Amino acid sequence: MLSKRIIPCLDVKDGRTVKGVNFVDLKDAGDPVELAWQYAQQGADELVFLDITATHERRKTMIEMVKSVARQLNIPFTIGGGITEIADAEALLNAGADKISINSAAVKNPQLIADLAKVFGVQFVVVAVDTKLVAGRNMVHLNGGRLITEIQTEDWIKRAEDLGAGEILLTSMDHDGTKQGFDCKLLNSISSMINIPVIASGGAGKTAHFTEVFTTTGVDAALAASVFHFGEIPIPHLKNELKKHNIPVRL
Amino acid sequence: MVGIVNYGAGNIFSLTSALSRIGITYGMINAAEEFDQYSHIIIPGVGHAGAAMEKLQQTGLVDTIKALKKPVLGICVGMQLLTAHSEEGDARMMDIFPLQTKLFDKALNIKIPHMGWNNIALKNNSLFEGVENQTQFYFVHSYFIEYNAIFDIATVDYGLQYSAAIQKDNFYGVQFHPEKSGAAGERLLMNFSNLK
Repeated sequence: MLSKRIIPCLDVKDGRTVKGVNFVDLKDAGDPVELAWQYAQQGADELVFLDITATHERRKTMIEMVKSVARQLNIPFTIGGGITEIADAEALLNAGADKISINSAAVKNPQLIADLAKVFGVQFVVVAVDTKLVAGRNMVHLNGGRLITEIQTEDWIKRAEDLGAGEILLTSMDHDGTKQGFDCKLLNSISSMINIPVIASGGAGKTAHFTEVFTTTGVDAALAASVFHFGEIPIPHLKNELKKHNIPVRL
Repeated sequence: MVGIVNYGAGNIFSLTSALSRIGITYGMINAAEEFDQYSHIIIPGVGHAGAAMEKLQQTGLVDTIKALKKPVLGICVGMQLLTAHSEEGDARMMDIFPLQTKLFDKALNIKIPHMGWNNIALKNNSLFEGVENQTQFYFVHSYFIEYNAIFDIATVDYGLQYSAAIQKDNFYGVQFHPEKSGAAGERLLMNFSNLK
């Protein structure tokens, strides 16, 4: 049976991981390679690195980091942030990334999804969508939720699937950072609407939230950052809990 | 030493990294005479099977591969190349296994691609030595190889039962990615490199 995936997300700036991380045995909490390796040892199924570097040097720095991660890591990983053209994606693929995630660039230029899928295959293309409830409608947002678009979330996701997205990473901006649980209602309606895997993101605060999202929605994976980085939810403990609820996991 | 058939189908950095991690030396094969330098051969592959077969044909290595007597491992699309035909691009493959590569049927109520960790039911085979039955491996694919009891050495269940791994004489194929499948995947690559 296909396991439900647990995915820690790491923010990277200038080739270094940011946000506090307090693993006991970590020598250098800013080293993405060491951190990635630790997560793999803990039983993470996959990793997402989000590049938040703002400088022009970003691509070069990121490629070096991706190569170092790929040399050490024996599980799949996705790179997101700043990918706007085929050349960006190709450089990441050649450096060992399994998937790339595109967000604003796809909204601004939907053809990018189709182009990437055609060149690299749908399995390589994750479309990340930030959504927020506005006057009763789910609306796509850009720039980390600061900028509203005129696109309804359901319409955009359906279109992304048709264009060639291989997976949807859906972050509810209303839930993100609240630690009050995932947006199960929206996640379930999106997941049943499309035929590609969905990664739930935004709102994880405790183990029960993961159980809830996997038992009440059809999502395939759940992503979180701080609850993993701060050791609030150790991954082995989380997976054991999920297993107790008969949710298929990789132990 | 492992030789990797270099026909330009996708990224092989993850594969070479995995081989390096477990201490297996490797080299790239670009021409027919280079097969002699290696004891074991890997055919990698991601992306479109029809396009991959076209690229492989352009290298002129197909006949040499088919005549090989040393252990050969096809990974993912590299495995599909070993079959007779793929529905992806309606393309003829190398026809080492008389098997079909088929597209998953949406009507089975499954999400496509099959993406993530799935457990496999193992048959007794040296490729899986030291790997427990029902161990999970990492899969990413939209096309699968039909189950055939003669060639099947590991079965996976996703909407239907199909082959996660096949063998015919010295030819092996795995649908999952051992280079991304944690310790079990590394063990499999090690086992392959030890095959006689």
